Amino acid sequence: MAGTIVATDTPAAGGRKPPGRAGWLLLAPLLAWLACFVVAPTAILFAYSFCQRDELGFVVWEFSWENYARIADPVYLKIFGRSLWYAGLTTVLCLLIGYPVAYYIARAPASRRPTLLMLLMIPFWISFLLRTYAWISLLKADGLVSATLEMLHLIPEPLEILYKPAAVLIGLVYTYLPFMILPIYTSAEKIENSLIEASMNLGAGPWRTLAHVILPLTKPGIFAGVLLVFVPSIGMFAVNDLMGGGKVDMIGNVIQNQFGQARDWPFGAALGITFLALFVISFWFLHDRGEVKRT
Amino acid sequence: MALVNALFGTWSALVMVFFYAPIVFLVVFSFNDSKLNVVWEKFTLRWYAELWNSTPLVNGLKASLIVASITTVLAIILGTGAAWLLHRYRFRAARPISTMAYLPMVVPEVIMGISLLVFFKSIDVSLGFPTVVIAHTTFCFPFVMAAVQARLAGLDPALEEAALDLGATPFEAFWHVIVPYLMPAIVSGALMAFALSLDELIVTFFVKSAGSQTLPVVIFGMAKKGINPMVNALSTLFILFTVLLLLLSEWVKKARA
Repeated sequence: MAGTIVATDTPAAGGRKPPGRAGWLLLAPLLAWLACFVVAPTAILFAYSFCQRDELGFVVWEFSWENYARIADPVYLKIFGRSLWYAGLTTVLCLLIGYPVAYYIARAPASRRPTLLMLLMIPFWISFLLRTYAWISLLKADGLVSATLEMLHLIPEPLEILYKPAAVLIGLVYTYLPFMILPIYTSAEKIENSLIEASMNLGAGPWRTLAHVILPLTKPGIFAGVLLVFVPSIGMFAVNDLMGGGKVDMIGNVIQNQFGQARDWPFGAALGITFLALFVISFWFLHDRGEVKRT
Repeated sequence: MALVNALFGTWSALVMVFFYAPIVFLVVFSFNDSKLNVVWEKFTLRWYAELWNSTPLVNGLKASLIVASITTVLAIILGTGAAWLLHRYRFRAARPISTMAYLPMVVPEVIMGISLLVFFKSIDVSLGFPTVVIAHTTFCFPFVMAAVQARLAGLDPALEEAALDLGATPFEAFWHVIVPYLMPAIVSGALMAFALSLDELIVTFFVKSAGSQTLPVVIFGMAKKGINPMVNALSTLFILFTVLLLLLSEWVKKARA
């Protein structure tokens, strides 16, 4: 789900009436759609997470906590931990790499900004799958990255980066970087020039101005960016699959596996619900602090 | 600040290289006459020709276009309707409804995929094109809704009142006055919905059947096995298409202003 970012504001009410019978009738398709395809699936997933499976992988409707007990197993805790670790690392890297870019574009002369923004939007809109695929040939032992490093005498022999944790990290950062840059750009763009000038005139150097004036003012953008990078990267499985070669499993891969080869839907549902809880907590935490809105 | 600017400028240039180098590499090597795709051999259009003879890719493309078109139409109806009705009427449930509609935009795709999968399975619906379209519409229509809501915020209520005073029925007022006013937002929302649907992999992965594999699903399967120059060729076409679509939506935005 590229690009966004949510507003839950109801427009300011002015002289509008409550819906009559006709109004509710018109609202019915929307309500039915949400009830069927948002509410019901989540409820069923929740119910599934307390079910059991028989030897053939069919779901047995029998209440038990067993699936959740299984998640507490060190094997799965480790995978949850690893997912959080990779997602956290991705977020930090995206922030460090992306912040200067967002700031630079936001403060660029107004005439150049649309071009720079467009340059940023193009990778944002190109399918993450294709962008990840593009890295595969670059990171192979006989690929361009290894050859370049070798030419620069940074490495003694061809280096296989693909199917290693580093490749997964490169893939994740590459996938999510635009999601960090855009919200920071939005809040950096709003900073008045006079504020920066005032800080400089009052004797703060550029670095102090950056740390004490600009950084605090872009906080909402940072939180929004963290939300948009951290949460989706926890559950991503396609990038790890392609770049990690199935060796760097994260929650997403485990969940996918339960619905695929392992055929243990109730356990997969329990993993999903746990992940959903994790998502809700981080969303809650970051959303109120972030400037989460439409781009 | 000049120093900071220069540093950040250089950094930004490097990041742009990081962004574009893989894409450029992908495009250039789609014209390379080598199966391994690591060393430049010579220029060829062979992979583009082979692309048209590859049944899985062509079928995937067809499936993707069908799904994206139907999804876009449904997303326009549902998204515009939802935005208008939530704007038009004042009632307490409006806020929770709008929050719930936006939920599929933010919920991790894996969760959405598996919850729809268990839902379809438990009501005994077999997977196929309809389930893929339903899934896509569910996460695409909020984008139309968001675009339309943004435009509605600037709507003068007198516009509808005038139409009603002049004898239009509420439906006529909506169709002849409000919809034309909303058109730019509907178009840009629809473009977004179309692009998102075309691009979606994870949710589709769970609700597709063997016969309804969209292009990203097919490509994912191929990419898992490693490099395939046909995928490079296809990616190049897709990137071209994405850039055109993006320029078009920018143009629509400008026309609106």
